[in-house]
Amino acid sequence: MPQYAVELLDVVKRFPNPGGGEITAVDHVTLRILHGEFFSLLGPSGCGKTTTLRMIAGFEWPTSGEVRIKGQVMGRIPPYLRPANTVFQSYALFQHMSVAQNVAFGLEMEHVPKAEIDHRVGEALDMVQLSGLGKRMPRQLSGGQQQRVALARALVKRPAVLLLDEPLGALDLKLRKEMQLELKALQEQVGITFIYVTHDQGEALTMSDRIAVMSKGKALQIGAPVEVYERPNCRFVADFIGETNFLSGRVISLEGDQAVVYVEQLKKEVVGLRQGELRNGQDAVVSIRPEKIRLAENAPLNLNCFPAKIVTSAYIGSDTRLIVELGNGLRMNVWEQNKISTLEPSVYYLDGQERWVVLFPENTLILPME
Amino acid sequence: MQDKINQRTDYRAPFLLRRLQEDPRSQGMALISPTFFYLIVFMILPLVLVVILSLLTRGPYGNVVYRLNLQNYSRLMDSLYLRILWYSLEVAALTSVFTILIGYPLAYYIARAPRNQRSLLLFLILVPFWTNFIIRIYAWIMILRTQGLLNTLLLNLGIIKIPLEMLYTPTAVLIGMVYEFLPFMVLPLYTSLEKIENAQMEAAADLGARPWQVFLRVTFPLSIPGMIAGSILVFIPAMGMFVVPDLMGGAKTILVGNLIRNQFLTARDWPFGSAASMLLLVLTLVVTLLYTRKAGFGEELLV
Repeated sequence: MPQYAVELLDVVKRFPNPGGGEITAVDHVTLRILHGEFFSLLGPSGCGKTTTLRMIAGFEWPTSGEVRIKGQVMGRIPPYLRPANTVFQSYALFQHMSVAQNVAFGLEMEHVPKAEIDHRVGEALDMVQLSGLGKRMPRQLSGGQQQRVALARALVKRPAVLLLDEPLGALDLKLRKEMQLELKALQEQVGITFIYVTHDQGEALTMSDRIAVMSKGKALQIGAPVEVYERPNCRFVADFIGETNFLSGRVISLEGDQAVVYVEQLKKEVVGLRQGELRNGQDAVVSIRPEKIRLAENAPLNLNCFPAKIVTSAYIGSDTRLIVELGNGLRMNVWEQNKISTLEPSVYYLDGQERWVVLFPENTLILPME
Repeated sequence: MQDKINQRTDYRAPFLLRRLQEDPRSQGMALISPTFFYLIVFMILPLVLVVILSLLTRGPYGNVVYRLNLQNYSRLMDSLYLRILWYSLEVAALTSVFTILIGYPLAYYIARAPRNQRSLLLFLILVPFWTNFIIRIYAWIMILRTQGLLNTLLLNLGIIKIPLEMLYTPTAVLIGMVYEFLPFMVLPLYTSLEKIENAQMEAAADLGARPWQVFLRVTFPLSIPGMIAGSILVFIPAMGMFVVPDLMGGAKTILVGNLIRNQFLTARDWPFGSAASMLLLVLTLVVTLLYTRKAGFGEELLV
């Protein structure tokens, strides 16, 4: 058995631009996706994630580079000969066929015997909890049910890889949350490799084993959810996934896994973990997540502590969300978990209070400017 | 202020207006009355006139004598007329079939063309129809006649030795009819083909269908409503067509349309012409109903 379910090796895809010239949709992307992995392509619209998926499905051919499925070079093999099936964003159910006929379609194309088709269609519909709806027409189903039919139709073929193009995009928030967990459970149950395209970082973090964060055709970072969240390798990834505070500055020293940045606005140095390619004297950003900032009455360290004033504080139940000003108009978002249950007013923050903002170096990242 | 409100409640609209304000049924009646009026004047009334006329008798000088008479209908049962009727059905059906065969690839091509070219291509289909129908039929006569364009070309190329007789044949009539009715097939077909999402065809390919299977299993079934609509739009007027057989069919080809026209204008037998019209109407209705029942209703017709 080859090592990877899907490999993209230095894949480039260019489209002719109607206005002349070319658009590079996918720019030298290399991905190696393991068997049984739930792999997400995450990025804003136009980042090339759907084009990447379509090259795996066979709807597009790479301008250069290579796509392999189960070690086999795909080249110009058409979609109908590839061991990959797609769940489309619009579901693309056949409107003139019943639910059962939709699900049976792929098996009929493989000339599976009639009795086995019936059996497998029933199984697939059971799996997506649509038993008994086989005779319905797609337009008689709700959006969530149509989504399940699309899933059953692709899974019934038992593909090596299932490609999902924003399959939950058209569902409302509550249903989407339910389906996220269900999809993940389903993927673990069938053990098929899922490649999942989404622009929703929460969705990607919830479901994925690994995520490739894409922007402008490039895969900027590939890693487990905890890696891309806790150790983003560039400003874009830190910004796109979760919330973060940025301070711009210049690298003044590098030592071990740490870097020191001089932040002009604070007229002070900030120490943090170095990420990505950094050189002395280079412009860099300090990145720290709001939940990782500590507010204190006295400075606990002799570095990375800055006097600040609370601008606003909002109590939202689980958290208190604050905006603090460090002087020079420099503001930061701070989230504090309400770990103690109390009605005592002095425990909560008041606007205008003065506090020290503490950026623990191990929670602070120094990233290249771009 | 209070006075004004009191005045309001004192006011009572005239009877009819009051009914219109209070009774939803009257409101409905009022709303459909323009359509109702239109149908009465332009459809029901003329139809009733034709029905009455078909039951009267032709006078000796081609006038209409007001005497009840069912012979017009029994005369239609004559094998001569039945044969004409059958032949008209055949020609109209063949016209529908050929407009599908020619129109389908055309509509498919236009529907799959880049979006910005589609309206231009549709426009090109319609451009010839800005010219008068009769003139276009004469153009076909120029092409098909014995010393016409086609024969000259074939003779000069040495493909044939003696000119082919193409004009004044049933084939010529069919060519003329297909030409005339092609856009009525292409437009509804285009509408239904254009509506098919690209993702549906991609999904079929993704599930293992080869291009021809994608067409047979997905594209074609989804275009059937357009085909039904187009067939109805072609079949109904083709059943009554008389200009094309007159000009291109010579004396040999007579369709029910010619028969009716001749009864009114040449034989001056209005009652018999009306009876033939009624038969044509019923026949067309029956065929159309059977067809739509069989193949599902052509919703495209309503768009």
